Formats: sequence, C-alpha cells, structure tokens
Amino acid sequence: MPDANVLPDATTTDGALLVLAIVLPAAGVLLSFVLGGRYAERIASVLLPSGFILATIIFGDVWQSGHRLVYIVGDWKPPLGIALRADGLSAAMMVAMAIVICAVAIFAHADFGMRAGSVEARAPFAFWILLMAIWGAMNMVFLGGDLFTLYVAIELLTFAAVPLVCLDGRAETLQAALRYLLFALLGSILYLVGTALLYGSYATLDIVLLSRRVHAEPATLVAATLTTIGLFAKTALFPLHLWLPPAHAGAPAAASAVLSAVVVKGSFFIIVRLWFDVMPGLLGPVGAQLFGALGAAAIVFGSVVALRQQRLKLLIAYSTVAQIGYLFLMFPLALDTASAQLQGSGALTGGMLQAISHATAKAAMFMAAGLIYVVLGHDRIAELGGIARAIPMTIFAFALGGVSLIGLPPSGGFLAKWLLLEAAVATGQWWWAIVMLAGGLFTSGYMFIVLSSAVAPSGEPLKLRVAVPRYQEAAALTLALTSLLLGLVALGPIDILQVGRADSMMVGPR
Amino acid sequence: MNAATLFGLCGAALVGFGLYGLVTNPEPLRKILAFNLLGSGVFLVFGVVSRRAAASGLGGDPVPQAMVITAIVVAFAATAMAIALVLRLLQETGRSTLNADNSGGTNTDRGNS
Repeated sequence: MPDANVLPDATTTDGALLVLAIVLPAAGVLLSFVLGGRYAERIASVLLPSGFILATIIFGDVWQSGHRLVYIVGDWKPPLGIALRADGLSAAMMVAMAIVICAVAIFAHADFGMRAGSVEARAPFAFWILLMAIWGAMNMVFLGGDLFTLYVAIELLTFAAVPLVCLDGRAETLQAALRYLLFALLGSILYLVGTALLYGSYATLDIVLLSRRVHAEPATLVAATLTTIGLFAKTALFPLHLWLPPAHAGAPAAASAVLSAVVVKGSFFIIVRLWFDVMPGLLGPVGAQLFGALGAAAIVFGSVVALRQQRLKLLIAYSTVAQIGYLFLMFPLALDTASAQLQGSGALTGGMLQAISHATAKAAMFMAAGLIYVVLGHDRIAELGGIARAIPMTIFAFALGGVSLIGLPPSGGFLAKWLLLEAAVATGQWWWAIVMLAGGLFTSGYMFIVLSSAVAPSGEPLKLRVAVPRYQEAAALTLALTSLLLGLVALGPIDILQVGRADSMMVGPR
Repeated sequence: MNAATLFGLCGAALVGFGLYGLVTNPEPLRKILAFNLLGSGVFLVFGVVSRRAAASGLGGDPVPQAMVITAIVVAFAATAMAIALVLRLLQETGRSTLNADNSGGTNTDRGNS
C-alpha cells in the first residue's frame, strides 16, 4: 500500500484545498480590517459556512482515498520548503472545529450582531475578526507539516484568543487576559527553545523527515521536555491550569465557548503530533505514566474544585480543567509495551474523540450558561430555581452536554471513554480505569447539583430580564445534540482517525 | 572554547535569567521584561545553531536565521499586546498587579461592576 512515508512528499490532487483552508480565514480577517466593523459579521457569515464545507470536502477526500492530502508550498520540498499535510486526525478535527465555530457564530449574532444603520462598535468588530483568526490558526495547527509552522500557528491562536477574554474591558477580565498571555508566552518561548535544539540536532523541523532521523540523545530529550512543558502551559494541564478558570469564566458567553471548546485543543493537537508522529519511541513507559498521572491529577482536582463552585460559569471552566485531564490518559494507554512506541490504536481514537466530544459539549454548556445569565442577570447555582421552566430548551442543551461529559451512551463522551477503558483493560493498566470511572462520578455530581437546582420550583415568580432569541437556544441545542450523537460515528467514519498513520499501515489493511 | 560555544553559553545564561525573572517577579511589567530577556537568549541559541550548521563557504545556515526573524516579530507583537493590556489595566484600576484583592478569582460576574 503506497504511503507518504515510503513515497517522497508530493502535492496530491486536491492538495490546494489545504491552502484554501488557511488563506480563506486570513483573507476574511484582512477584508474585515479594510471594510470595517459593519461588514465584519457579513464577511464571517459567508466565510465560516464555506470553511465548514471546505473541511467536509477535505474530510471526504481523506476518508475516501485513505491517504493524506499533501501540498508542498511553492514546490519547495522539505527540508527547505514547507509541506501542508491533512491526515485523518487533522481532517476530523477540522470538521469538528468548523461545526463548533459556525454554531458559535450563530449564537454570537445576538451579542455581537451589527444591525443595519447602527454605529460601528469596537467589541463586535474585534469579535468577528478574532473568530475568523482563531479558525484560520486552528486550520494551520491541523495542517502544518513542520514544527516551526506549528509554532507560528499556536502564536496566532494565542494572539486571537487573549483579546477574546477581555472583550468587555472590565478590570477582572483584563487581569485574566494578562495572566493568560503571560502563561502562553512562557509556553511559546519554551516551545521555541525546543525547536531550536531539534533543528540544531537534525537540521530539519519537517514532521516526516524528523520522525525518521530522531533518536534518543540528551539534546532531543531536553528539547522534547521543554516543548511539552510549553504546550502543557498552553493547554492548561494541571498544574499549569491557573490561568484558565478566570479567563474562560470571565469572557462573554460566545467567547468562552470558543476558548474552552476550540483554543485549548490547538496546543493539545500539537502535543499529539509531537509524540505520536515525530517521536513515538521517545516517551517510554515512565514518560507515558507521568502524562497519565498529570491527567489523572487534573481530573480529580478539576472535578473537586468544580463541585465547590457557586457560579455556573466557573463550574464549567473547572470542568474544562478536569476534561483536559482525560485527553492525557491516552498517552499511557497508547503505549505499546513490546516496542515502547506510542501507537495509533484505539486509545488514540478514544483520546481524539474525547477532544471532539468535549469541544461540542462544552461549547453548548457555555452557551447555555450565557443564556441563563442573560435571563436571570446572575449565574449563582443556588438561585437557579425555576429556570428550567423559563428556558427549557437551554437547560435541555446543558443537560445533554453533561450527558456527554459524564460519558453516557450514545454520546461521543461514552464512545471515547469506552475506547480508553478498553485500552486500559487490554494493557492491564487498571488504575487509569479507576480514575476514569471516578471522574465520571464527579462529573455526574456537579451536573446533578446544577440540574437539581435548575429544575427546582422557584419560591417566588421568576423575573425574566429579557426573552432570549430562539436561534441562540437552537445553536446550543444543536451542538449538544451533535455531542450526544457523536457516539454513532462508531458505525461510520471513525476509521478516518487512523488514516495517514505509519503504524496502522504496518498492521495490515484497515 | 570557540565562539559558537561561548555564544551558546551566553544564550543559556540569558534563558536562565529570563526564566527566573518570569517565574519569580510578581510585577507584570517585570515579567514582560523577563520574557524579552528569555526571548533574546533563545534567539542567540538560534544564531549558534545557524553558525554551527554552516556549510563550507557560508557564514551561516539561512533557515534558522529566517526562523529567528519570524520569532522576533512574534515576540515583538506579544510584548506590544502585553504592554497594551498592562496599560489598560492601569487605566481601569489604577494598579497593574495580577493579584485581585478578593483572592481566587471569585469575582468573575459578567455584570458591569
């Protein structure tokens, strides 16, 4: 079976789609700058759906052909040139993120929509530009074929994400944004040191070339450690999560949804690229257990703190800290004990599915929390009584999001945790199974606290400040349903996550 | 000790100072300065990498030089953004510290206080 690891890199048919996926958002950002804030939403409302269609076409191509799409920029081959590559992981993530971003755009129309004839305001102008920038940066993260392109992509992502935190310009959000930026800068500079050391050792940063040359030596190990710690800080893995709760809880609802669902997945995706594609043999059993231990600590810590929150948005933000932990449990589970290599097996599929189902569920939950805030004027969990009667669709969306986080069938969270549990049993690492089950219990705990408060009858008639538009509720519900029905991909395109993985080719025909 | 090793050690020292400053200083402005010191160290390491990998007849490998230019632009943009945030924070609160008075970030109510 022909494979990019055997054949030299060459632009494949439809490879130009990959360029389009990065150029379209960039063009949207520039055009919005030129035309001004009154047009920014209109530009986004044209480009974001076309971005979704583009992602679907790329997904279809990769799935149908079973090979990655490659585009060699300017026909300069790596190591001198830059390659864009879409394998199964990137295609699946691109589609998932496009769905979330489109839903967020629909939701945000109420908060950041520009009505005809209104004066140009700064927050909407910034929001639409930043949303398109995040979309473009994420595509670059998924498609970038060398570590330096990924560095640029992750920086673009940070620069688009930080202003989203402080869109309303209050002092606490400015503080949260500044703390986020400082953490992110530390992370990016550590990543940069790592790339410098890797280039110094192997004279290439291209992922495919590097994966053939890389071997365990001190410089490589130092580089890998620094890069990984830097990306941990950006992903907000415990104990580097301190910036996340205030930043995600303080932002406007639409921005929180993007930050929690999309942005943290960018740096996580680079960690996966680094360890699964560049140096699968370097993590070793000890490193893999360490990754898993950090993930387990994040699950326990995030869940316990979430249980103690009094405000809904902070609870959801701490739940993000916990759910990020699940993503790192896949590292010890994907380690093949015989060869000490990280393998693209069920654990990898489970981990990526967890990322996607968390993205859809968490975006829906932040949207629901935003609507609850709009309706009640506060988000104190103890005083939510009667809200389920006032906006049932929103509470239903919130509950469905919770179902996916807990991992009940047929949600994406269920399938993800099932695959991870299966890997835990198969490799005899029962301790990760215990952590996962305990995490599910904690999640049910805080979902129960919120929902029991929301369905409780209110003592006095509920004063609704405003009626929420139906399409906002529908956007949240659509995402929640996506997350709920994601488990059904087991019947269809789940194999795509293995496309373009070298080890899956050796195992035999898929 | 040749020039490349000397510069490499200088870069490592700058990275160390910068990292120490970034982690220990509570003041945001000092943190930003420390970040720049750390960045300079990394750029110097890139320079060393470029010099070491130089083919005969060339002063240096051009690829790390191209990368370091990009990295400098990124660091510049990051510094500008951080400074803008610090200034805005100073305008809003009269102080520019990262520690809220009510510790623990409980005050994230979206209402305009």
